[in-house]
Amino acid sequence: MNKVLTISNLEKSFHTRDGEIKALESVSFDVKEKEFISIVGPSGCGKSTILSILAGLEEKSNGEINFSKDYTIGYMLQNDSLFEWRTVLDNCLLGLEINKKLTKENKEYVIHLLKTYGLEDFMEEYPARLSGGMRQRVALIRTLATKPDILLLDEAMSALDYQSRLAISDDIFRIIKREGKTAIMVTHDIAEAISMSDRIVVLSKRPAIVKKIYDIKLSNKSTPIHNRKCKEFSEFYDAIWRDLDVHIQ
Amino acid sequence: MSTYSKEHIDYLKKQKKEKRIVFFFRLLIIVVFLIAWELLSRFELINTFLSSSPSEVIETTIQLLKDQTLFTHIGITLYEVIVSFLVATIIGFIVATILWSNKIIAKIIDPYITILNSLPKVALGPLIIIWVGASMNSIIFMALLISTFVTILTIYQGFARTNKSYITLLKSLGATKCQIFTKAVLPSNVPTLISALKINISMSLIGVIMGELLVSKSGLGYLIMYGSQVFNINLVITGVVILGIISYIMYIIIDSLENYIKKRRGSA
Repeated sequence: MNKVLTISNLEKSFHTRDGEIKALESVSFDVKEKEFISIVGPSGCGKSTILSILAGLEEKSNGEINFSKDYTIGYMLQNDSLFEWRTVLDNCLLGLEINKKLTKENKEYVIHLLKTYGLEDFMEEYPARLSGGMRQRVALIRTLATKPDILLLDEAMSALDYQSRLAISDDIFRIIKREGKTAIMVTHDIAEAISMSDRIVVLSKRPAIVKKIYDIKLSNKSTPIHNRKCKEFSEFYDAIWRDLDVHIQ
Repeated sequence: MSTYSKEHIDYLKKQKKEKRIVFFFRLLIIVVFLIAWELLSRFELINTFLSSSPSEVIETTIQLLKDQTLFTHIGITLYEVIVSFLVATIIGFIVATILWSNKIIAKIIDPYITILNSLPKVALGPLIIIWVGASMNSIIFMALLISTFVTILTIYQGFARTNKSYITLLKSLGATKCQIFTKAVLPSNVPTLISALKINISMSLIGVIMGELLVSKSGLGYLIMYGSQVFNINLVITGVVILGIISYIMYIIIDSLENYIKKRRGSA
């Protein structure tokens, strides 16, 4: 498979009046086409910062980020950030409006996505009427509307309760695979990462370096909920847990 | 129409009953107050020369209507209030937008706006008369001083408190600052804008009356001031009552505007 993205020796420092905080010491990994990569690490290790930099919301301090082509990027935030004053459909059209690409064709594509993923009856509703899981699905369709090549998922499910999370991670996984997207997901949930990813990048605590990269090879790999039942699942879980080296201080 | 369950019908009945109780007691309070006031003055338990009475207030109102001065006074006061309200709204909105779009400017002038907002503007009354002259302009200027700064502050604070994740989202979609303003900051602040209008209209009214008390030859503030100078308490109280009615009507207008907007945005 072709590499879509190579990150080498990425560094990032934050500056405040009280001083300088180094978030990323040196982070290197690559991402292949249509791959699902998860980044896990101790809380506050700067994993979300990597996505912010990739999305162009933050400047890197040092290092290289090379996209093999001029890819477009879709960013899905932890918070669904649906605009309460816009209908579901209008929320999904936001990216097209911003980029002045709101053609009839693109609009139909968004409507098609909404229909495909069970939101047809809610297109003209306001977000307040939706459940947490549905809101997250709308947020994903909003991200997909601009037809991005690479999806960045920043703790996209962590605001949901556990049951909804399991269900929606299955949904989101299927949507991403069906639309043939490359995805980079940041999560603090090891099980979620193993169940969804092809590879997992484990970061150390701040300032972060890449501690290990796991190739998630499961026997009968299928959807996230099924993957949790694979026999290798708990081995990966234990290994990553040990890597994270969690201590309550 | 769909048929409701008995429980739902009972619920609706209960709601209706509650509404009726509220309306009844509202009315009762004002009626009892007016009757008590009237009776106390009829039986000369209070001095009508000092405290007037409802019948005398009505009489005075009719008198003012007869010599056709009442509507002139109301018209002038309303005109001044509306001019001040509109100008303060426009200035407030523009300045708040500038402050939002440029953090450095906001930081620089923040203390000045705070000082000007908390300064008791009546203290500037004499200065305004000297600078602007004893005319309608100085009344509007006084009202503007009172209403503009609080309007700026209310709108700016709303803008500055716009949900950060809306802005991050728009940035990730590649939005410009202008798009962030029109797509997120402005629409998410419609409730703020309405409350700014509410504050602004009452501040404008306060400012205009204050200005009219200081300098004027007409308007409700003048009517009240004139009444007190010639010791015509009927006139003073009539002026106050009419003011009360006007501010209530203005409140209702803005309130129904708020409800209309809420309904249109589907969040009611």
